[in-house]
Amino acid sequence: MIETDQLTRRYGRFTAVDALSIRAEPGQVLGLLGPNGAGKTTAMRMISGFLTPTSGTARVCGHDVQSDPIAAKRALGYLPEGAPSYGEMTVREFLVFIARMRGLKGLSGRRRFEEVVGRLQLEEVLDQCIDTLSKGLRRRVGLAQAILHDPPVLMLDEPTDGLDPNQKHAVRQLIDAMARERTILVSTHLLEEVHALCNRVVIIARGRLLADATPAELEARSRYHGAVSFSAPGSAVSQEMLGRLPQVASIEVDPLDGRITVFPRQGERILEPVEQLLRAQGLEISEIQLERGRLDEVFRHITTVTEGQP
Amino acid sequence: MSPVQAIVRRELRSYFVTPVAYVFLVIFLALAGILTFYAGDFYERRQADLQPFFAMHPWLYLILVPAVSMRLWAEEAKAGSLELLLTLPVRLWQAMLGKFVAAWLFVGLALVLTFPIWLTVNYLGHPDNGVILAGYLGSWLMAGAFLAIGACLSTLTQSQVVAFILTALICVLLLLAGQAQVVDFFQEALPRRLVNGVAHLSLLRHFEAIARGVLDVRDLAYFLLSIGAWLTAGVLLLDLRRSR
Repeated sequence: MIETDQLTRRYGRFTAVDALSIRAEPGQVLGLLGPNGAGKTTAMRMISGFLTPTSGTARVCGHDVQSDPIAAKRALGYLPEGAPSYGEMTVREFLVFIARMRGLKGLSGRRRFEEVVGRLQLEEVLDQCIDTLSKGLRRRVGLAQAILHDPPVLMLDEPTDGLDPNQKHAVRQLIDAMARERTILVSTHLLEEVHALCNRVVIIARGRLLADATPAELEARSRYHGAVSFSAPGSAVSQEMLGRLPQVASIEVDPLDGRITVFPRQGERILEPVEQLLRAQGLEISEIQLERGRLDEVFRHITTVTEGQP
Repeated sequence: MSPVQAIVRRELRSYFVTPVAYVFLVIFLALAGILTFYAGDFYERRQADLQPFFAMHPWLYLILVPAVSMRLWAEEAKAGSLELLLTLPVRLWQAMLGKFVAAWLFVGLALVLTFPIWLTVNYLGHPDNGVILAGYLGSWLMAGAFLAIGACLSTLTQSQVVAFILTALICVLLLLAGQAQVVDFFQEALPRRLVNGVAHLSLLRHFEAIARGVLDVRDLAYFLLSIGAWLTAGVLLLDLRRSR
């Protein structure tokens, strides 16, 4: 479990993290989402014990990171931003060093080493210098380092940043596979990641908590939530007809591809009436889609509109 | 294995996979030899001891020890591995101690490798090997004090060059404070007590006493306390850096 309690960090007059209180439970993948410079990394650095909070505190598995830092660090696996490591070491030397620092030894330690190396597919590069590895491999080494001691809590700062789509997919699968009994906190500014990974999302900007919800709840906040969109040639007629439907609030036409989006009035369902109308008109439509809501739009709305308010 | 041991091993290893170790060892051994035989009049003195050899050490360390210590923290801060190290379950003092011990062992190795000069002096005459051993001990302790200063100052910056210059500056001040000429110069301008007090702080006085073969508890304590104090200061600076 990760808990932060009014966690605050100031640099002079600038407040990087402002009274942030979040909570992640076992079995949960909590996404920490925010624009660049929102305070995600600073918050994680305080939870990891690398930075001291200006006020407030954080707990990892109940251990306060300030009064009991060693216990908190033992419970935590942490991938810092950019996956730093010792470039002059080989992968094997590096992981052995981490194992020693974590007090892993003997047969169980060796088994765990083999297991992690296998899981992250590092067998072939074990004796290569970390400096010579590609970005994706280096990230995998960083992940191996973070999970080597099989921690109950995992904190990953932008684990897929800078990876190609295949590598991103592999990292997400790995996180997914580890999620069951663990508490995982993942920071990201990629919205696709939220869908692919997280079962809860915390949005922060300028260091402040702006939203704490499931991805579905966030989507429901979108003005696109429940809207119906379709492409149809000869749309001028249908537009007028659609506007007359009592459930419809407004209609927008994409100026580029002519795709029509119909927005419902509050609480109305419009897929069926729209479909019926189109059929009655005898219009040919290639496909019709019920929108779940657009996270990017919600994200933009939350992080830009709310920003100025106290 | 304790975290301190793990850090010592990692650090020592990193010296030898990079050119740092070899460059240091070659230059240290070459300079130690050259300075002893040419500047120190090793033969002309016609005495079977290693006084000229040890007399050069403070000045040799002045250049070479900051070169070893400058990277201790500055390099990690620059490369970002500091975040990794300090989020492992290790206390700041353990990390500091591990890094210091590794550097000190490394300089100790350099000293051990000067053994041919000890063989030479034993071949040429009958030196007092007890005094020579004391000289080595004093030299190693002084290197330790320099390293502790460097380890402390290396926490202040991400730039190894800055760490080098700061360390060399502090070390030269601490050396000069005990030089007879410097002491005499200030004797006229400043109160005698102050001058003597500062002179007692000098590394040089305590080193010269040990190198003469006089193992005084006060000199040993001086070096060990210096090392402890500078390392503690370094730990405090590291801690301060986390909340800055």
